[in-house]
Amino acid sequence: MLRFIFSRLLTFLPTFFGVTLIAFAFIRVLPGDPIIVMAGERGVTPERYQELITQFGFDRPVIVQYWDYLKGVLHGDLGHSFVTKKPVWDEFFTLFPATLELSLCAIVFATLLGLPAGVIAAVNRGKFFDRTLMSSALIGYSMPIFWWALLLIIVFSGWLGWTPVSGRISLMYYFDNPTGFMLWDALWSGQKGALWSAIHHLILPTIVLGTIPLAVIARQTRSAMLEVLSEDYIRTARAKGLAPFRVNGVHALRNALIPVITVIGLSVGTLLAGAILTETIFSWPGIGKWMVDSIFRRDYPVVQGGLVLIAVMVMIVNLTVDMLYGFINPKIRKR
Amino acid sequence: MNLRYQLATGLVLAALAAGSAGAKTLVYCSEGSPEGFDPALYTAGTTFDASSHPVYNRLVEFVTGTTEVVPGLAESWETSEDGLEYTFHLRKGVKFHASDKFTPTRDMNADDVIFSFERQWKEDNPYNKVSGGTWEYFNGMSMQDLLKSIDKVDDYTVKFVLNRPEAPMIANLAMDFASIQSKEYADAMLAAGTPEMLNQEPIGTGPWSFVAYQKDAVIRYKANPDYWEGKPAIDDLVFAITPDASVRYQKMKANECQIMPYPNPADIEAMKADPDINMLEQEGLNVGYLAYNTKQAPFDNPKVRKALNMAMDKQAIIDVVFQGSGKIAKNPIPPTMWSYNDAVVDDAYDPEAAKAMLAEEGVSDLSMKVWAMPVQRPYNPNARRMAELIQSDFAKVGVNVEIVSYEWGEYLDRSKAEDRDGAVLLGWTGDNGDPDNFLAVLLGCDGVGGSNRAQWCYQPFEDLIQKAKVTSDMAERTKLYEEAQVAFKEQAPWATIAHSVVFMPVRKEVTGYKVHPLGGHIFYGVDIAE
Repeated sequence: MLRFIFSRLLTFLPTFFGVTLIAFAFIRVLPGDPIIVMAGERGVTPERYQELITQFGFDRPVIVQYWDYLKGVLHGDLGHSFVTKKPVWDEFFTLFPATLELSLCAIVFATLLGLPAGVIAAVNRGKFFDRTLMSSALIGYSMPIFWWALLLIIVFSGWLGWTPVSGRISLMYYFDNPTGFMLWDALWSGQKGALWSAIHHLILPTIVLGTIPLAVIARQTRSAMLEVLSEDYIRTARAKGLAPFRVNGVHALRNALIPVITVIGLSVGTLLAGAILTETIFSWPGIGKWMVDSIFRRDYPVVQGGLVLIAVMVMIVNLTVDMLYGFINPKIRKR
Repeated sequence: MNLRYQLATGLVLAALAAGSAGAKTLVYCSEGSPEGFDPALYTAGTTFDASSHPVYNRLVEFVTGTTEVVPGLAESWETSEDGLEYTFHLRKGVKFHASDKFTPTRDMNADDVIFSFERQWKEDNPYNKVSGGTWEYFNGMSMQDLLKSIDKVDDYTVKFVLNRPEAPMIANLAMDFASIQSKEYADAMLAAGTPEMLNQEPIGTGPWSFVAYQKDAVIRYKANPDYWEGKPAIDDLVFAITPDASVRYQKMKANECQIMPYPNPADIEAMKADPDINMLEQEGLNVGYLAYNTKQAPFDNPKVRKALNMAMDKQAIIDVVFQGSGKIAKNPIPPTMWSYNDAVVDDAYDPEAAKAMLAEEGVSDLSMKVWAMPVQRPYNPNARRMAELIQSDFAKVGVNVEIVSYEWGEYLDRSKAEDRDGAVLLGWTGDNGDPDNFLAVLLGCDGVGGSNRAQWCYQPFEDLIQKAKVTSDMAERTKLYEEAQVAFKEQAPWATIAHSVVFMPVRKEVTGYKVHPLGGHIFYGVDIAE
C-alpha cells in the first residue's frame, strides 16, 4: 500500500509544476493590463504607469518573473494581492474552510440521497419509481443554479420563514473563528444556539450546491447497479435464496461502488474549486467568488496562487479517491 | 412577511441589543467587500463606505446629501490673496479610537494631518511603500504636483502651500484619500513591525470605531462615545456583505438588514409598493456619454455631431437600458452639482431635421463605429443594448453603425488614441463634487489623448475652465462653468446621454438616511425606531 501511495505522490510533481506554469501563463494570456484595469475610467499618466510597472515587477523578462514566482511557491510564499495587499496564502486559508465546509455538506447530502435513489431505481428498473427518480435527476442536473437558489430563498426564507436568507451564522453570534469551520467554531464558542444557527444557515446552500452531484450520483449508481445486477453471481445469490436486501445492498452495491466513488471524487474536486454562483447568492465567504473577482481585477498573485492551491487540494482529493479504490478493490493496489 | 420569521428576527435584534442596555443596531447589506480599511490606498466606493465614512474624518467634510463643503477636523481656514496658501485651524479635543493594540495618549493635532499627507506624498516617509501603497487618488488628483509644502505652524494650525492656485483644493481635501490618520498609531505599529495594521485594523476619529472584519462576510463597528460631533444614534453598525441584489432585497424583507444599496431595476416597483420599505432616490453624480472623435472627419464638424445628437432617441434609451432608473442628460455635469446650467436647451429628437442637416453638410452614406463597453456601470448599465439602440436611430438618418467592443482594460486604453476610429460610449462618476472634476478632466485640452475621449480641445471652452480653476470666488466660478456648458452644447463633442438615478431602499423603522450625491453610504445622523 505504501508503495502505491508513493507512486501516486510521484505523479504529483509534474502535475504540480504544470499547474504553476499554466496558472502563471493563464492570467497573462488574458487581454487587459492590470494597471489600466485598476485605474478604470480615471486612467494613469504614462510616468505613473511606468512607476507601477516597476513596482509590480512587470518590467522584468517573463522568464525571470516565472522563476521568482516558482521560487516563492516552493518557499510557501505566493505573494501579496495587488488589491488587498495581504498575503495570498492568508487570504486563501481564511476563505477555504468556508468552501470546504459547504462542499463537504453538499457531497454528504448528495451521497446520502443519491446512492439509495440510484439503488432503488435500479432495482425497480422501468417501473414508476425508476422513471420518477430518473426524470427528477435529469431536472436536477439541468437546473440553473441561480434560479434554483433564488426560488428556494423566496419559498423557504421569504414565504415560509423556515431558513435565513444568506450568510453563515446569525449576526447575533459573535465569536472568534479560529478554524474557519463555522460548525466547529460555533460548537466550541460556548454560545447557546450558535451551532443551531450555523446548521440553519447551511441548509439552503447545501441543497443548492448538492443538487447537481445528487443527480449525477443517482444516475451513476443506477447504471452501475444495473450492470452488476445482470452478473451471474447475483443470479446465483438470488438462487441460493439470499434476502433481496443482502443481494442488492451487499453483493451488488459493493461492486457497483467503484464508478460511483469516481463520480463522488470528481464532484468534490469540482466543488472545492469554489461554487461561484452558490457562494455569491448565499453571501458565502468562500474561494469561488474570491477567484472570480481576482480574475476581473487582473490580480495576478491571487489568480496564480489561488489556482495552484486549488489544484493541490484537488490532487489531494484524487489521491484519496485512488486510495479508496485500493481499499475497496485489492486488485487495483496490486497493479 | 411570515410572522415566525419576524419574531425570530425580532429576537435576533433584541439579543444584539442585549450587549448593552437599549443599544441600537443597524445592519447594512453592503454589495461587496472592502479592499482594505485605509481609504488612501484604494479608489472603490465599497471600500470608502467601510472605511472613510464610519471610521475617519477629514479636515473638511461634505454635508451628507450635498456637495457642499463644511469644516471637519479643521474648525476654520483661510486662503491667501494669491490662492497659494491654505491655513487650517484644527479642532481641539478630538480623540482617536482605542483598540486592543493601541491606546492614544494625545488628541488629534497637526502632526497627524502632516503624516496623513506625507505618507502618500514623500518617498522617504516610512509608510510610503507600506501595503504596496500606490496612492491612486492622491496621484490622480495631481496632489504631488500641486503641493509645495505642508507646514506645522503650531500644534493646531497647519499651512498647505501650493505650486499654483487651484480652486478645487478644498473639495479635494474632503475626499476619502484625505482622511486623517493617527501618527501615534502609525509610529506604534511601525515599531511593532506591523505597519500594515493601519490598513487592517483602522484607527480614526470618526463616529464609529472598527471592531472586526470577517473576510467577505461581516464588518462590525461600535459607536465612538467621544465623537466630536456627538455620539451616533446607532450603537452597533454591522455590514452584512451580500453581493447579490435579489438576495439583498430578500434580506431587507426578512428584516435581516435595514438598508441596502443598488437594488435590481426589476425589483424597484415591488419595493416601492412594499409597506415596510421607503424608497429614496436621487440623480447620481455621474454622466454617461457618447464621445465622437472630433479630430476625424466628418466628426470634426460640430454640425455633423449636432445632427447625430438630434438623431438619438434618448428617451427610448432611458426606458430600455435604464428601465426608468436614469434621467436624460443635457449637460456634461449632473444636476446635483453646483453650477449646473439648467437654461441649456437639449438637442430635440428630430430625425428628419438631423437628416437634412447631414445633407446640408454634404455627409451621405456615412459609416461609423460605436464602441460599447463590456462592463456595467451606474452611468451605463448595458452599453451593448445602448449601442444597438443608437445603431437603429442612426440608421434612420442614413448612418450605418458598426458596434465594436473590447475587454475592459483594452477598451479604456484603446479609446484614448487620438486616431481612434469611432465614437465611444463611456461615462464618469464625480470624485469631489467640483465641476472642474468633470469639465477639465473629461473635456480639457490636457486630457486629449487621455481622459478626453472626444479628443476635443476648444479654446473658448478651455479659457473658461482654466479661469474657473484659479478663481476662488464661488459666484464667479459658477458663472464661468455655466458659460462653459453653453459652449459645450454648441460644439457638441459628446452626445450627453444619461445620469443614473440612485435608488436606496430603506426600511420604515430607519430615519434620517440621506442619499449622498457623491455615492457614499453614510450612517451618521441615521436612527432606527426600537
